[in-house]
This record gives sequence, structure tokens and C-alpha cells, in this order.
Amino acid sequence: MTVSTPSTGSTGGSAEMDRTDLVTLTIDGVQVSVAKDTLVIRAAEQVGVQIPRFCDHPLLAPVGACRQCLVDIPDAGNGRGFPKPQASCTLPVAEGMVVNTQATSEVADKAQQGIMEFLLINHPLDCPVCDKGGECPLQNQAMSNGRGESRFSAGGGLKRTYPKPINISAQVLLDRERCVLCARCTRFSEQIAGDPFIALIERGALQQVGIYEREPFDSYFSGNTIQICPVGALTSADYRFRSRPFDLVSTPGVAEHDSCGAAIRIDHRRGRVMRRLAGNDPEVNEEWISDKDRFAFHYATEPDRLGYPQIREDGELRPASWPEAFAVAARGLQAAGATGVLTGGRVTAEDAYAYSKFARVSLGTNDVDFRSRPLSAEEAAFLAAEVVLRSEVTYADLESAGTVVLAGLEPEDEAATIFLRLRKATMHGTTRVVAIAPYATRGLTKMSGHLLRTAPGDEAAALEALVEHAEHGVDSTAVILVGERLATAPGALSAAVTLARRTGARLAWVPRRAGDRGAVETGCLPNLLPGGRPVADPAARVDAAAEWGVDHLPDAVGRDADQIVAALVSGELGGLVVGGVDPDDTSDPAATRAAIAAASFVVALELRETDVTRAADVVFPVAPVADKAGTFVTWEGRPRPFDAVFSSPSSLPDLRILAGIAEELAALGHGSPLGFRTVVEARAEMEQIGPWDGERASLDGLETAPHTPSTTGHALAAWKLLVDNGTMQDGDKAYRATGRFPVARVSAATYDAHGATLTLTGDRGSVTLPAEVADLADDVVWVPANSGGRGVLADLASPGSRITVTGGNA
Amino acid sequence: MAQPNDQSKSLKEQLWDPVAGFGVTFRTMFKKVVTEQYPFEKMPTAPRFHGRHQLNRWPDGLEKCIGCELCAWACPADAIYVEGASNDESANGEGRFSPGERYGRVYQINYLRCILCGLCIEACPTRALTMTNEYELADNNRTDLIYEKSDLLAPLLPGMEQPPHAMLLADDDAAYYRGEFSAPAPAPTTAGDA
Repeated sequence: MTVSTPSTGSTGGSAEMDRTDLVTLTIDGVQVSVAKDTLVIRAAEQVGVQIPRFCDHPLLAPVGACRQCLVDIPDAGNGRGFPKPQASCTLPVAEGMVVNTQATSEVADKAQQGIMEFLLINHPLDCPVCDKGGECPLQNQAMSNGRGESRFSAGGGLKRTYPKPINISAQVLLDRERCVLCARCTRFSEQIAGDPFIALIERGALQQVGIYEREPFDSYFSGNTIQICPVGALTSADYRFRSRPFDLVSTPGVAEHDSCGAAIRIDHRRGRVMRRLAGNDPEVNEEWISDKDRFAFHYATEPDRLGYPQIREDGELRPASWPEAFAVAARGLQAAGATGVLTGGRVTAEDAYAYSKFARVSLGTNDVDFRSRPLSAEEAAFLAAEVVLRSEVTYADLESAGTVVLAGLEPEDEAATIFLRLRKATMHGTTRVVAIAPYATRGLTKMSGHLLRTAPGDEAAALEALVEHAEHGVDSTAVILVGERLATAPGALSAAVTLARRTGARLAWVPRRAGDRGAVETGCLPNLLPGGRPVADPAARVDAAAEWGVDHLPDAVGRDADQIVAALVSGELGGLVVGGVDPDDTSDPAATRAAIAAASFVVALELRETDVTRAADVVFPVAPVADKAGTFVTWEGRPRPFDAVFSSPSSLPDLRILAGIAEELAALGHGSPLGFRTVVEARAEMEQIGPWDGERASLDGLETAPHTPSTTGHALAAWKLLVDNGTMQDGDKAYRATGRFPVARVSAATYDAHGATLTLTGDRGSVTLPAEVADLADDVVWVPANSGGRGVLADLASPGSRITVTGGNA
Repeated sequence: MAQPNDQSKSLKEQLWDPVAGFGVTFRTMFKKVVTEQYPFEKMPTAPRFHGRHQLNRWPDGLEKCIGCELCAWACPADAIYVEGASNDESANGEGRFSPGERYGRVYQINYLRCILCGLCIEACPTRALTMTNEYELADNNRTDLIYEKSDLLAPLLPGMEQPPHAMLLADDDAAYYRGEFSAPAPAPTTAGDA
């Protein structure tokens, strides 16, 4: 039946509290010492007494709204007791306090039963149809701490009723009859997410959770309110009536949508994922996840999911058996000659390792790159020199840092767990956020962050300037978080490194995709071998070759993704092995499509049918993360292993497919086999190879193209919103509808000059969007990168180019 | 085995006893026969016999089942599989199968597993699931013994209308559950009028 993830104790006071800060009190006749300022309700948990509660949540500020946790306190520590039962969730412990809970005190028990009776007066009897039924704290506690009979209904009382349910967002449904007004959802929205779009309105029996009519509850974190609701008042359109708790089997997992590695719990029934919940990992995501991690899982069950290998015969793809497809792929790759490998950023570390080894050992090339997005040679050098094998910054460090500098990173959209941590830290007042960004985003405003307004491309100068400005507080306690978008700003990554060196601040690279950091560690880069071994270092090559049992490894630094694309178009490369790459994500979508068309042989490993698989010569279906075990490495460098949820024999991980092709290639006398076929074997080999202990690559002497700002037109700033048109978010209409409406953000002057509808024209096309005023510089326009059409890179402009803005519809 | 010694038996044991047993046979020839000529003649069961299940309907034809799965929960043999779904309340009742918010989209009972204990009947909050007296639950293949919702639903009686359709007896589901609807169902309308 239901198995929940082991809770690793975010409750209770801090364990490292100084001994002298302990307070000793007596609960139900048992003496217990707890940290100062601990609430009585948590002190009682330490002696094993569970006081019933609804509003209390360890990560939210105490409010005392539901009154269910009443206890009797005959001595408050000063020799006098409270005359009436007290709410234990708002009462801190005191030395010598005596607390009697419902376990020993008639008074407390009667008080709790009375409160429960009040709560149930207006609660509808629709447990059979309620999604919470079976895992409902109200059900459970009504059984354990309530009266068996209702005096209210027996006396002919009429329940207050409301029309059922109302949408407070496209995804979240509110059933007001069921609400016990614990204010968990409103407190979460205000204290944690910072989206206070729901509030308790009206008074007395009519009090209810309400929304502002003009501001829908479009929070990126709204799903958490559903999870923490202690009754079935908040439900999701996605999970509504889909199953009951006793149907579900729960498997712990790791969110695959960003590089944060949030712990999730996957609830599945008969081979289908029914819902995903936040796991409890105090070191990573605490108990919160973004809506993307929670609701975007239908992509794996879309009808266009590939189910069997296909090979191209007479211009048409036809189904093939696995051995046949392996053999055809191997023969084709051998005939194609030089081959490049593009892995995409969604692979697990084990799969990335397989790609990396496949390129080196089987294909004999260093032309492998995981970056399916705008990139630069500077970035590859930066990753090799400063990122791989380093884990200097953790989530806890974000909370203790004096200043956190964000460059090329919008945490709310691109790394939601970081956003929640930073917001928590800034709410405590210990941390200050400084963002190098084109405008003050909603996320930055919620973190009370300081904006260093920077046009795209000028990030390097802004980072350099930070050293001079002591008022920004970049010192040795600071943390600099650089996003993957900084690759498109020439010199910015080097400037960030320089800033970190000169101030002593710690630096971390935060990619968008879950597999990016693991791909760096396993060497899916033209200049890196697994374990951070630099390709340019002969000793590192010999070390890797010895571990792999091959004579030698290719010694030239390979082509990066853009160069692979160019080499395919020019014919220097013939073959291409491509993983989960969407051409529209790459720096030049048209060129990538042309390269796939120009390649003489393309092997595609994909989950669903895409433009790449339609053009490929051999198509292998790969397993989605639910079907395979693996490891994601978070931006911190923290490995987050997870197990397979389902075992599907026809759904193989990338590494099994690459192993199959490599074995066939070896049989043809081309390279050697990978030497592993399963995730477990790959893991063991990765562990055996281990990290490189020799000299790291260095950033020194790297020449970056000087940034020559153009003065014509507008600079284009863009990033992907959390909820957008990404293919891994397909399949849930309600979830998509919670996304922010795509607008072009411009300065007030541009808005006044061109009006409320803007047509943006770049070198790749033009896009018409409604305009919104933001505090941008006059020559900068911000647009969401993938919220309309095929995305900005395909439809509008190449990275770093200027665009022209005209008013009205084109 | 040694032969019994005939010398030790009395005359009665030797002559009378071997034919005495035929007397039972002879007497029985004049008694009423207890054999039932099943399957040519079917005898009625006890009125509360636990036979095949039935999914009942409201008098207007809407299904009583709300897809709550309490029957599946109660089932000790794990024979019941239910999937709930939301009644689509938007389009003129065209997506409504039961009063209220939820209905049973999938309902299966596996009679290979069912032990006909009746715990599901006790669990049902709407009296949607009851048992009939039908006991002929045998087949020559396993698949056909998994009864679908269409096999289990009660037949449409006169006055009932095939769902999906709007609630015809009352404005809200609570009135259905409390029995506060005008008892006779509305005049039957031909399907397709809706």
C-alpha cells in the first residue's frame, strides 16, 4: 500500500543547539529538555505524544488558527497555570512548565473534542468523493480526537453550503465547504512563495479563502498549497477524482525539470503516474516543489511516445527489432565516417557517461557536447576550469551568505528551489540578493533584491564593476550564482571568476536542465573526459585510456555543439548521434535542422516523435526518467540518485542503447564495446574511474571576443519562463494555463513611442506581442524565450543580435 | 489378507444381512426425489442469497455509483477495480452520469477473485452496489469473468433515461441522496432529444 518517503526530521528544534539553551519541562508526566523557543506541540512530539493539529506546519509561522491543539497547562513555569486550555502550536516552552495533553488530561481531551465538533459542524459529508479521503488529517483526527456522534445534525442543524468547487486558478480548485480555515495555504503563499493572491475574506461562519478578482492565483508554487491543505478544500484539476490514496504506490524520485534536484514522491497506480508530491529533504527542497516538478509528468504518456526502434528503408521509417536496429545503426555510423554526438541536457549522469564513453571509445572522437542551447568556447573552458568536480556552494550556504549575486539567472523561472531558498534567506534578513539582470523581475521583487540594470551582453562589465562597489557587499561570505545564459555574454564567465577570486566569494554555475551538471562531470564536452580529466592533458588521457582499457584516446579537443552543426553542414562530419535535442533550443535552429538533413547518417535516441526522429535514419526509443534508475547531479554538485518507478522491458535507458550500438561497432572492427549494459554497471564503472586528481584546466590566457555593443535597434533579453511551451510540459492543459501570459517588456519610453502592441523584428523573423512596461533600459526588450511559436531563437533573432521594435501588428 | 472364518458367523449374518441393504433402495423408490434438474429446472435461491452484483440507478436513469472506490477498499479479495472521473457539468448535462461531482468511469468486478462476501455492499455509501440472486458465474475463459460496468449496470426501467443527461429529479445531488425528489420519474423521453 502507500509508502511515504522517510521524513528526515525537519520538525523539532535545531539539533545542534547549545546545551545551555535547553529548557526542561514536563509533558504528561515525562520530563523532556528541548531547545529554547520550541513550541509545546513539537516538544510533545519528542516524548511521543501527537497533539492533533491542522494549522500548525513546521515550515510556516505559527498562527493558532484552528485551535485543535488545545492542551491543559496547570503550571506555566511560574507556578501559576493557565485557567483555560491553551493552543500548544503557538506556545513556546518555559522552564518548569507542566503540560497535560489529551493523553493524560480530561480537560485537554474534552477541549479538543469540542473544537473538532465545531470544525465538523459545517464540514460536508462527502468523504467518499473527496480526493483527500483516506489521507485526510481531518478524517484521521476526527476518529482519534473527536466525538462519535454529531449533536448538531442530530438536533436538526443545517450545514452552511457553497457551490462546489470554484477555480482559484486553472489548476487549483477550492471547495469552500470543506475548508477548516487553518490558513496554511494563505500563509504558504505569503511566507514561502511570496504570491499573496489568496487570503481569508469575510468573517464568522462565512469566512472563506478568496482571491483577488483581478489577480488570479497564478503562483509557480500553487501546488504546494494543495499538498499542505489538511482537508480536501484545495484539489488539483489534474489529480481530481483520478484515484484514492489506497490505490497508490509511492516511489521516491528526483524532479527532472531543473538542476535543483528537488525530492519528489511519485504516486502511481497500475503502471501510470497519478500525481507527484513534494518529498521532504531539508537539505535541498525542504517540503516544497514548483508546479512544474509537480504537474509536468504527462509528457511521458503522450500518444507520440516512441515504442519501438525504427530504421529508414527506401526513405520511410519502418519498425525494427532491437538487434536489427543496433546492427543497422552500427553499419551506418561506420559508413558515415566522422561522427558527432549531441546528448541534450536531460540525460542522467549514467546516460551522459555512456554518451561520453561511446564518443571516445566507440567513435574515437571528442566531438561530443551536451549543450543544446546558445553556448560559447569560453563556457566550455569555464566548465572545465571552475565547475567540474567542485561543490563549494550548497543550499544551506545560500541561507548563510551575506550577499548572493545572480548573473544570467532568474531563479524563479530557471531554478525554483533556489528561488525559495533565497526568498527564505532574504525574509530572515540575513541575505541580500543582487541581480545582474535587464529588469527587476517579479521574483527579484519578492526577494527584495537589488537590481543592477544590465543590458544583455554587458554582464561582464557589470560583474567587473562589482569589485569596486563595496556597497553591494560582495566579500568572502558572498555567493555568486551564474546561469547558463551567461555563456552568450562574452567575457562574463571570466569576469565572474575574476570577481570570485578577488573578493573570496564562492562561485556556482546553475544550469537550467537537470542533466547538465552530470554531463559536465561525466565529460560530455569536447574538452573534458569523465571525472574532470582535461582532454588537452596527456596524463589525463592516458589515465582515462588505462581505466577504459583502450590503447589511446583522441587527443585533439573536439568540436562543440555549434561546430558539430557547422561541420555536418560543410560535410566534415558525416554521422550524428543525437539524444534529446530540440533544434529550436539550439543557438541556430535552422542550421541545426540543416545539419540533421545534411548528415549522411543520423541515429536519434528520443522519447517522443520530434523533428529529429522524423529526419533520422535509425530511431531508438529511450526510457523516460520514471522507467529507469539514474542520478541527476544538482547545480551544487550533489548527486541525487533515484530508482526506476516502473520496470518496462521495452523502455531502455540511453546507455543500454549506446552499449548495443558500441558492441555492433566493435564487431565491425570499430572501437571497443562500452563494457556495461545496465545502470548499475555504469555506476560501478563511474565510481571506479573516479575524479581526476591531477591538474585542472585553467581559464588563464583565454581570449574572449570583445563585446562591441551595437547601437542600432534594441538589445534582446530573453529566458524561458517556468511554465512555457517546453515539450516536457505537454499533456496537462490546466497546468499550462497557469503559465504567465507572454508579453514583451519594454521601458516606459518605448511603450509610449510604440503603443500597447509591439512587433519585434530580428534577423530570423518577427513576433507580435502585447507590451508591458518594466524598468528596462530604453534600448532593451525582454520577451519570454519559449512561450509562443517555436521560440525566440527560431522565430525572432540569433543570440546577441539586435532587433527593431515597431508598434502595432505587422 | 486372511479370509474371515465362515465357521464363526451366525445364520443371520450369512443369509439375511447381504440382502437387507436392498431394503433401503426399495423404500427410497416411494419417496419424493431430492435431485434438482439443474440446469433444466432452476430453483429459486434464498431471497438474500449473495449472487452477482448490480450497479443500481436512480429513477431517472442516472447511475448511483459515484466512483468512490470504497467497495474496492473493502474488498478482501481485491476483486474490484474502479476509476472515478468528474461529471462534466458544463454542457447541458451531456457529460453527467450521476448526480453530484463524481461518477465511476471504469467499474470492474473480477469474478475469478470475488468470494461474494458482500462487504462491498456494506461499504457502498449510495446503495449503488447491491447483489442479485444470480449465481451462474462460470465461463470457459478468464477474460469474460471480469465484468465491466456495462455488464453490471441495472437495466433501464420504464421512465429511466440512458445517461449521460442532466439531473431530472432534483436540482442538486443532496436532494437525491436524501430522497427528496418527486417520486414518479418524468415522462420518458426518447433518447436523442437531449
